Amino acid sequence: MSATPRAASTLVVVGHGMVGHRLVEELATRGLTRSHRVVVIGEEPRVAYDRVHLTELFGGKVAEDLAMTTRAELEGWGVELRLAERVVAIDREQGTVTLAATGAAQTLAWDRLVLATGSTPFVPPVPGKELPGCFVYRTIEDIDAIRAWPARTGVVVGGGLLGLEAANALRGMGVEVHVVELAPRLLAMQVDDTGGALLRAKVESLGVTVHTGTTVARIEPGEGDPSRVGRVALSSGETVNADIVVFSAGIRPRDELARAAGLELGPRGGVAVDDRCATRDPRVFAIGECASHRGATHGLVAPGYQMARVVAATLAGEDARFEGGDGSAKLKLLGVEVGSFGDAFAATPRARVVSFQDTISGVYKKLVLSPDGKRLLGGVLVGDTSSYGSLSSAVTAETPMPKAPEELILPARAGGGGGLGVDALSAAATLCSCHNVTKGTVIDAIRGKRLSVVSEIKACTRAGTGCGSCVTLLADVLKIELKKAGVAVANHLCEHFPCSRQELYHLVRLHGLRSFAEVLERHGQGGGCEICKPAVASILASAWNEHVLDKKHLPLQDTNDRYLANIQRDGTYSVVPRVPGGEITPDRLIAIGRVAKEYGLYCKITGGQRIDLLGARLEDLPAIWAALIAEGFESGHAYGKALRTVKSCVGSTWCRYGVQDSVSFAIRLEQRYRGLRSPHKLKSAVSGCARECAEAQSKDFGVIATERGYNLYLGGNGGMKPAHAQLFLTDLDEASLVRMLDRYLMFYIRTADRLQRTSTWLASLEGGIEYLRSVLVDDSLGICAELEAEMAANIEAYRCEWTETLRDPGKLRRFRPFANSDARDPSIVFVTERGQPRPARADERPMAKADPEEVTS
Amino acid sequence: MDVVALEDLDPDTGACVLLGATQVALVRAGDAVYAIDNHDPFSGAYVVSRGIVGDAGGVHKISSPMYKHAFDLRTGVCLDDPSVRLSTWPVRVRGGRVEVLFGAAVAPRAAA
Ligand code: SRM
Ligand SMILES: Cc1cc2nc3c(=O)[nH]c(=O)nc-3n(C[C@H](O)[C@H](O)[C@H](O)COP(=O)(O)OP(=O)(O)OC[C@H]3O[C@@H](n4cnc5c(N)ncnc54)[C@H](O)[C@@H]3O)c2cc1C
Ligand code: SF4
Ligand code: FES
Repeated sequence: MSATPRAASTLVVVGHGMVGHRLVEELATRGLTRSHRVVVIGEEPRVAYDRVHLTELFGGKVAEDLAMTTRAELEGWGVELRLAERVVAIDREQGTVTLAATGAAQTLAWDRLVLATGSTPFVPPVPGKELPGCFVYRTIEDIDAIRAWPARTGVVVGGGLLGLEAANALRGMGVEVHVVELAPRLLAMQVDDTGGALLRAKVESLGVTVHTGTTVARIEPGEGDPSRVGRVALSSGETVNADIVVFSAGIRPRDELARAAGLELGPRGGVAVDDRCATRDPRVFAIGECASHRGATHGLVAPGYQMARVVAATLAGEDARFEGGDGSAKLKLLGVEVGSFGDAFAATPRARVVSFQDTISGVYKKLVLSPDGKRLLGGVLVGDTSSYGSLSSAVTAETPMPKAPEELILPARAGGGGGLGVDALSAAATLCSCHNVTKGTVIDAIRGKRLSVVSEIKACTRAGTGCGSCVTLLADVLKIELKKAGVAVANHLCEHFPCSRQELYHLVRLHGLRSFAEVLERHGQGGGCEICKPAVASILASAWNEHVLDKKHLPLQDTNDRYLANIQRDGTYSVVPRVPGGEITPDRLIAIGRVAKEYGLYCKITGGQRIDLLGARLEDLPAIWAALIAEGFESGHAYGKALRTVKSCVGSTWCRYGVQDSVSFAIRLEQRYRGLRSPHKLKSAVSGCARECAEAQSKDFGVIATERGYNLYLGGNGGMKPAHAQLFLTDLDEASLVRMLDRYLMFYIRTADRLQRTSTWLASLEGGIEYLRSVLVDDSLGICAELEAEMAANIEAYRCEWTETLRDPGKLRRFRPFANSDARDPSIVFVTERGQPRPARADERPMAKADPEEVTS
Repeated sequence: MDVVALEDLDPDTGACVLLGATQVALVRAGDAVYAIDNHDPFSGAYVVSRGIVGDAGGVHKISSPMYKHAFDLRTGVCLDDPSVRLSTWPVRVRGGRVEVLFGAAVAPRAAA
């Protein structure tokens, strides 16, 4: 193959962007940067950086954070890097390029030349486009200029991927944004009309104004200042005020050098290349956005990376071909998940389409199938892209479809749905399209190098280190592999404890261990982490019921348990007093209202029949709780892995159908188990009759009244994976039911994994509910008396954690935002909505949040 | 800059201090004390000091309470996303007092 270079020949790479840099990496891994002289010429003033994440510069990152390499690293590889220099001409006869830096022109000889010049943003030729205040969105310098430009209203020209990203960035700066799109829908390249309409509704609900089917006719200066942008006239006749205009109306491949050098171009621009990414001149290659392969250019990074690998492989004498990429992409734009892959528009003749739409939750999914329905060709996902990885891989791997492909996109139902597990994919299926890593490669790495966590897979194979959309697939493959290998590692709590939570619980009780230090010394190693510390704290609390704020337990607690309140998105906390059974007197309602008013708290009725007071500052928590406790309230343990609420319906006291007093029984149950620390939270409910208004069958333990007593249901769950509780015993009297519950809860606490709800715990017990019956009813393990005694000790030791905390000045000292100052935390800012306070969004803060530091100053 | 007494910091726990207008998390981990930015870039909230202190392979780390991202206390680098890095400042303990070499941030954020 003539492409194999002679020794010590010179390879010149034009452009040090994402793809150019990937080429250099690929060359270095193959040793080609040692055997050849490699010169990289980049026009930008810095080393290659991650353009894909450019928008993060608005979120507090700095240019250096995006760098993909350093000069030192490149030098180490033996690469000559020339930055801030531009290639202005190629002479193919002489085999040279001409460079223009600040000084005189210079020529450089090459044996092989690779063009990786990317694209330039397309700016439509509208009058006024040169006015100050008009920007493009491509380089770090562009972003810096946009951030420095003061603006209140803005227009983004183009409603594609980049346009929506730019719109979001402007929104984050507090700018009121209009998006103008020529096509009749947003993301015209990725989604179909239905998906576009759904997306539009979501984007508009965020306060962005969308104009489709129209274009910018003229950009004009404002009335006040003729030297800068002030207004944009649309071809529809509308006029929009704008102090800033960002063009993101597409890109044009930078093919000017190639054209001047007489190289062939593609039909829509770009340097024409063959499957080896070689141009008409076999010594010259083109890769990335500047290349046109089989008539198409690619504006995404994944195909560019594949081209880089093909060229490096070709130069190393390997046989590699670029087979073409597609426009598959998964993104989150303005908070909306969008995915599109393969033949999304059903361009294949006689392709079949199944789709699912839910305008309430804003979910739209479409699958394009082969005419016989046996293969997946492509699809569109809006609002929920959780299945993107497995579906898009199913396209490339040609995985056979199940009989009813619609199951793949319908919402999961009990017993059905489930989707296309990663197990169904063949070894050749690509899991990570950014780095082109197949399932086979991942499995080989897991087996060959005995990997046990996803981060190791990332490090070994690079899968998952690009856009990140394949990480859940990697985790699934890992889980399956570990299971096949019979590895028990999944049970290890973390790197500090080589045993399961269940084993640790027994060890703690057996040896009477009372502090994390003791447990670590006897059964662990290292210093502990965010996984084992709270888990051990929970075990110690279940076993001995000591106060969680005792000094020795303090470092174990995450913020919620440390401050006995749930942290909220802005760093404030919530306060949830216990309202047993959901019954509350008018006086107590008034008391809650009074306290909320005094401390400016937002009030909401929760899904658990009580009242959440949100927006409490750390330093106010003690005073708020003192006021509530004075009114007779106690902690609701909303912050702990503990009993939450026992919901009730009105029952026989009021309801004409009620057969038992469900309210009283719910209150008794809530008071019995309040404060009980457990592997995960516990929820319960008591319904007064079979109509089940308290939803007891979705609870960890649920009680439904019958004519003769109560039916007990166990292991129900709402939440992410709802599970119906299973009927355990029928027609129990109250005392027997409580005895069963004591045993059940204690057995769960003893044997469940950390953060395992009762539903998953029950599903994991071999023999399931029958086995549970044998343990709790027939006492097959002979532990029922022990379980009851442990529960009795727990109930005995109950104290309201907030009451205890308020009595102890040492504990109260910690409720200060700053250890060296009594200042209030200035980063907390509220705005009023519907008459109540809520956290200010970034764009509502006094200063546009370009630099988060400014908020504090 | 002399900031607080060492005994004001609980062992293996973080606490926030205000240095000028900057919120700095002082973290005691074993025998060491670290100073790291209190701003959690993933949530935008100033809460890093309220996370759990631990170690990964012997390296001291703190995990933000919001979305549990862990940060290397020596370098500020996020262990779950190495492209993210918090500012850190040199710390010295002298005569029971904790001193922070403020103004010498190791990974300063945008000044512009
Ligand atoms: C406040 C509340 C929403 C509301 O405004 O109604 C709420 C708020 C939170 N829920 Fe919930 N859940 C609330 C009722 C529910 C319910 C309904 C119920 O309890 O009847 C469910 C489904 C039932 C269930 O759990 O089986 C529910 C299922 C979840 C889940 C998913 C659990 C699962 O097994 O899949 C989580 C996440 C978790 O725990 O890991 C969660 C986690 C959370 C957290 C703790 C998230 C967090 O870490 O910040 C929220 C705390 C907010 C706060 O500070 O108060 N919340 N959450 C409700 C409080 C009830 C109460 O009074 O205690
Ligand atoms: C805001 C934004 C978000 C994006 N998001 C995504 C995404 O989510 N997913 C995705 O796949 N893609 C995304 N992209 C596209 C992705 O960044 C590009 O596909 C990728 O950067 C292309 O790499 P490249 O090397 O071909 O071009 P570039 O990265 O543009 O590199 C080309 C380099 O060559 C230099 N150059 C050009 N001509 C010369 C010359 N004559 N002499 C010297 N140097 C020259 C240029 O200055 C430039 O530095 C995004 C792009 C932007 C701007
Ligand atoms: S469902 Fe629960 S966890 Fe999710 S946002 Fe609502 S309150 Fe928070
Ligand atoms: S698909 Fe983007 S990182 Fe794997």
